[in-house]
Amino acid sequence: MHHFQHDGLSFWQLVRMNSSSSRGIRSVIAAASVGTLIEWYDFYIFGMLAKTISTQFFPEGNATAALLSTLAIFAAGFIVRPFGALVFGRLGDLIGRKYTFLLTLVLMGGSTFLIGLVPGYKTIGIAAPLLVLLLRLLQGLALGGEYGGAATYVAEHAPAGKRGYYTSWIQTTATLGLFVALGIIMLVKLNMSDTAFNAEWGGWRYPFWISILLVGVSVYIRLRMQESPLFSKLKAEGKTSANPLKESFRHKANFKMVLLALFGAAMGQGVIWYTGQFYAQSFLETKCNIGFEQSRTIMLWGIAFATPFFLFFGWLSDKAGRKWIMLAGMLLGILTYRPIFNYFLQATDSKSWLAEEETAAMPPVVKMEAVKNSTDSVVLTTTSFSLADGRKYTAIKSDTLRVTSAFLVPGKTILTDKEVATGTYWKFVGLVFLLIVYVTMVYGPIAAFLVELFPTRIRYTSMSLPYHIGNGVFGGLVPFIGLLLTTTYPADPLVGLWYPIGIASLCFIIGAVYLSNKIDENVDD
Amino acid sequence: MKNIKKILGVCWLLLAPVIIYMLVHGAVTHIDPAGNKDINNPVIWIIIILIFTPVAIGLMIFGIYALKGEYDKLPGKSEDFE
Repeated sequence: MHHFQHDGLSFWQLVRMNSSSSRGIRSVIAAASVGTLIEWYDFYIFGMLAKTISTQFFPEGNATAALLSTLAIFAAGFIVRPFGALVFGRLGDLIGRKYTFLLTLVLMGGSTFLIGLVPGYKTIGIAAPLLVLLLRLLQGLALGGEYGGAATYVAEHAPAGKRGYYTSWIQTTATLGLFVALGIIMLVKLNMSDTAFNAEWGGWRYPFWISILLVGVSVYIRLRMQESPLFSKLKAEGKTSANPLKESFRHKANFKMVLLALFGAAMGQGVIWYTGQFYAQSFLETKCNIGFEQSRTIMLWGIAFATPFFLFFGWLSDKAGRKWIMLAGMLLGILTYRPIFNYFLQATDSKSWLAEEETAAMPPVVKMEAVKNSTDSVVLTTTSFSLADGRKYTAIKSDTLRVTSAFLVPGKTILTDKEVATGTYWKFVGLVFLLIVYVTMVYGPIAAFLVELFPTRIRYTSMSLPYHIGNGVFGGLVPFIGLLLTTTYPADPLVGLWYPIGIASLCFIIGAVYLSNKIDENVDD
Repeated sequence: MKNIKKILGVCWLLLAPVIIYMLVHGAVTHIDPAGNKDINNPVIWIIIILIFTPVAIGLMIFGIYALKGEYDKLPGKSEDFE
C-alpha cells in the first residue's frame, strides 16, 4: 500500500482503508469476475448449442447463409475481438475502467439475450443469419474489452504482494462459466423432449434468455463499485492520457513492450490454453472416437480438479515472479503434448480393440443405402460390443453390394462411441488434469504480468491488444491449423499438435531471453 | 545476453516474411470451391491472412527493436516510457 502514502492521505484514512481492504477486495474480485463469468457463459452456450443454432439460422445448401456462418465464427473471433480490445481499451483509459467494463458487459450479455429472440431462417429468411452475425460481431467487440477491464480493475485495487493471487480469481471464471452453461443447458434439456428443445422457439433459447438475468445481477454489483483508485487519482491530477492509442502503439518505448507481451507471453499462453481446454476434448471425440458422455465427463473432472491451481500459481507468482511459472507451463506443454495425446490414441486403438474377444451386447442392425450414380448399395451393419474388462464400443461395418454379381465386397469397420475401462478412464482424467494444470500455469499469473508491464494511463489499451491477439488469434487458430496439418500430413494423427508446440516454443525462447522475472511492486505509475 | 538478444532479433526479422509466405502458399494450395472443409474456404483464408499480416509485421518490428538493443534494458517506471 506504500503508494497511498504519497497521496497526502491522513493516517486515519490509511487505517480505514486497511481495515476495509480485505472485505473490499472480495467485492472488487466478485464484481470483476462475475462479468468474465458471463463472458465465458456466453462463449460456451454458443459452442454447446452450435448444431441447433446452425440448423435454425444457417441452413445447409444456402451459399449466403454459409458465408454468414463463416463470418459469424471466424470474423467475430479473429478480427472483431482485437478491434474491440482497441475500442474499449481506449475508452477504459479515457473515461475509466468501471464504466467501460459495465458497457462491455451490457453489450455482451445483451447480444446473447437478443440472439435468443431472433426468429429462425424458416420465418424471416436471410434476415435471421444476418441478425445473428451482427449480434455475434457485437459480442466479439465487447469480448475484446471485457477481460482487460476486469484484470486492470482488480490489479489496481490489489496490494503489491497479492496482485497475482487476486487477479487469478478472474481466471477461474473460465471453469465456472463452463459449469454454469452446462448446468443450465442440461436442466432445460432434462425437462423437455429433444423435439421441444430443438424447435424454432424451443428450449435451446432459454440459456440465451437467462443471460439477461446474469447481466442484471452483474450490472447491479458493478454499479455499486467505485472507480479504480489508481485511475481516479490519475484523473484527479489531470494526468490521464489524451490519446491512449497513439501513446500505446506509436510511442516506441511502450509499443516495444506491447510486442514483447504478445510474442513473449500471450501467444504461448493462448495456444496452451486452447489445446488444454478445447483441443483435448475434440481429440478425444473425433480422433479417439470416445462416446459423448465419457469424453465430456473426462474433461469436466480434469478441469474441476485443476481449477484451484489458477489460484495456486497466481499466488506463487507473487512470491517467485510471473515469468518462469508461465514459461514452465509452456515448456511442459512442448515436452509432453505428444506423449500425452499419443497415450489417448494407443489406449483407444481400434485395431487392438477389434483383435480381442468381444461379446455382442445386442443383435446387429443392418441398413442398406443406395450409392449415388451407381446400381450398387452400401450395407451398414451396426453392432454394439463389450469386452471382458468393461470396455464397450459400437462397430459400423460398411460392405458394398454389387448388384450385377450379387457379390458382397467386404469394407472397413469403424469403431464409434467407445467407452474405456474404469482404470483407463481415470488415467485419462489424470492426463487432462495435467493439460489443464499447464493452462493454470500460463493463465494464472498472466493478468498481473500484463498489468505490471504498462503504466496506468494507457494500461487498459496496452494490455488488451496482446491478450486478445494471443488468445483469440493464436489460440483460436489451433483447430484450423490442426486440420490444415492433418490434411497435409495424414499419416501422423498427432501432426496437428505441432502448431501449439511450435508457437509455445517460439514464445518460450522469446520470453526466456527478453522478459524480466522482476515483479513490479508499484503499479501506481 | 545482449548479443544473444541481438542475434535472435535477426531470426524474428526473417521469420515474419516466412510466416506470410507459408500462409499465402497454404491458401493457394488448399482453397477449393468444391471442398467442404474449413481449409477449402477462401473467406477463412482471407480473414486469417488479413489478421496475421499485421501480426507478422509486428514480429518483424520486434526483431528490428531486438537488433537495435531496445530490449537490453526494460522500462521499470512511467518515466521510462516517456
